[in-house]
Amino acid sequence: MKSLGSIRRSFAPWADPKSVPFIAVKNVTKKFGDFTAVDDLSLNIYPREFFALLGASGCGKSTLLRMLAGFEQPTSGEIILDGQSLAGIPPYKRPVNMMFQSYALFPHMTVENNIAFGLKQDGMPKADIAARVDQMLKLVKLDKFAKRKPHQLSGGQRQRVALARSLAKRPKVLLLDEPLGALDKKLREETQFELMDLQQELGLTFVVVTHDQEEAMTMADRIAVMAHGKVVQVATPPEIYEAPNSRFVADFIGDVNIFDGTVSSAGNGTVEIATQSGFTVRVASAELPAVGANAGFAVRPEKIRVGRDRPACAPLNAVQGEIWDIGYLGDMTVFHVKLKDGKVIKASSLNAVRAVEDPIGYDQEVWISFDENAGVVLKD
Amino acid sequence: MQRWSRFNIASIVIGFAFLYLPIVLLVIFSFNESKLVTVWAGFSTKWYVQLLHNQALLDAAWVTVRVGLISATVATVLGTMAALAMTRYTRFRGRMLFSGMIYAPLVMPEVITGLSMLLLFVAIGFDRGFWTLTLAHITFTMCFVAVVVQSRLLSFDRSIEEAAMDLGATPVATFLQVTLPVIAPAVFSGWVLAFTLSLDDLVISSFTSGPGATTLPMRIYSQVRLGVTPEINAVCTILIGIVAMGVLIASVVSRRREIQRVKDEQAAFAH
Repeated sequence: MKSLGSIRRSFAPWADPKSVPFIAVKNVTKKFGDFTAVDDLSLNIYPREFFALLGASGCGKSTLLRMLAGFEQPTSGEIILDGQSLAGIPPYKRPVNMMFQSYALFPHMTVENNIAFGLKQDGMPKADIAARVDQMLKLVKLDKFAKRKPHQLSGGQRQRVALARSLAKRPKVLLLDEPLGALDKKLREETQFELMDLQQELGLTFVVVTHDQEEAMTMADRIAVMAHGKVVQVATPPEIYEAPNSRFVADFIGDVNIFDGTVSSAGNGTVEIATQSGFTVRVASAELPAVGANAGFAVRPEKIRVGRDRPACAPLNAVQGEIWDIGYLGDMTVFHVKLKDGKVIKASSLNAVRAVEDPIGYDQEVWISFDENAGVVLKD
Repeated sequence: MQRWSRFNIASIVIGFAFLYLPIVLLVIFSFNESKLVTVWAGFSTKWYVQLLHNQALLDAAWVTVRVGLISATVATVLGTMAALAMTRYTRFRGRMLFSGMIYAPLVMPEVITGLSMLLLFVAIGFDRGFWTLTLAHITFTMCFVAVVVQSRLLSFDRSIEEAAMDLGATPVATFLQVTLPVIAPAVFSGWVLAFTLSLDDLVISSFTSGPGATTLPMRIYSQVRLGVTPEINAVCTILIGIVAMGVLIASVVSRRREIQRVKDEQAAFAH
């Protein structure tokens, strides 16, 4: 299979066996009573990486972040930061800073005192503090709001103060807990790119916890998808999307259609699966499962074509069905196609032209089809 | 516009009369010329002047203030500590028992509290006087402070403490620079409550006080048993004035703060 590296920039220390991880999480388990929040988890995060922990609530991502910050101690295992074990080091002695989901601004202090708080704890000379606070305020474009108190700021401004405060001490690692969760959609999208620029500019390592997959896909160099206290897959956003390693990841990230079936042949870089929907899928795959084994085939809606004519590849990678639902989203149209066995398939097509003559309508008989490299084989 | 029905007017008049008629009478008769409490003989402020020469009453007032200041302050420290322990360590063994025991004095009859204190002081041979009185007041006001501070701590966002520690503040620095300033209004109201309770306590004071440590309520009570004098009315009027002033200032300040807060928030979202 072709390599699906990071497309954003040629930055891939994880692919280089010689690079040394900046943060190494080694077999960390965290239990709260009988509940295992983090289960024997290992991870490497590299210097200057923008790393996202993605998962549904209760998957252990926030607990992991809190262990990095020092608010929780692992039940077993250890965390190493820049070659130094963090075991037993209290939060106030760790070279990491955190931006809290609720922002956790000090309500009784002005914006500048909030930002200066960490610097004062370090006993930095007053003139240096003033200069640094000034610089941070400019960085987050809040220089006019220095004398305000948190309750005199809007949500977006508070978020910036929280960011400035957590960056003021120039931490080696910045931990961000749902940093954009409280912002509205438009502001969130703007801020995503600002965070990415900031991280590049300052050359810091960012670890962000989020339940929003779009946010993770946009910002992160690599994403760790978590479930039930374990990491299911760690990979770049394109790899996570195009080559999910499991049914869980395929289903969790974006929309997907999964066909179940049995492997009918495997070899020469292709696998054929006889699906329960009555047609055979031929898919390019580097890994070859055993013939006769149960397997799934996952294909994203945008990689499925919908048409009235019988495609050339039929009966391979093509099946007939009828249009069940049509969702017009402006930039694209989503078709729900009901197959003979009752399975409903999602297919989306880009509206590249403004109007189509004789568009596909409700209850019409159509063919859906896809290419050999459109989907992936799921083995579980 | 709401209409005032006869029923509503009657309710208000009766209600307020019930609450304030005795106090109004007391205030009026404190300006009575006559020595006879119930016979009006013209306006005079002579009882107020005479008050300044009543050394026994002045001494009692001074004792009351000192006991109030010391006991309110100590009770605030202890009550705040108890409230912190109760909200922060939610899972220690016997927590329910501990919290129940902190609140028990709230509903305990004062006679019992006073009597048990008296027994304790007698048992350990502690001579009754100013310090036994102060100790007793600390004991019974502490739980009120704990209740007030605890209700504030329940809505306290712990993440600001975590943020402080994350930024390098030790636990002590976090408490002094973040926790305490944020809960300060509740701690202060706890203090005011403790001070007020201490000022007007009679029952517990009577049990635990000794020679030379007579509080104002005790002095007033013992004088009244010999007959109500206009002088007592004058003292009470002054006390009422002080309390009313305190309540007034507190409500004006909080009202202003509220208005300011609403304005600030509107300003923030106007951008």
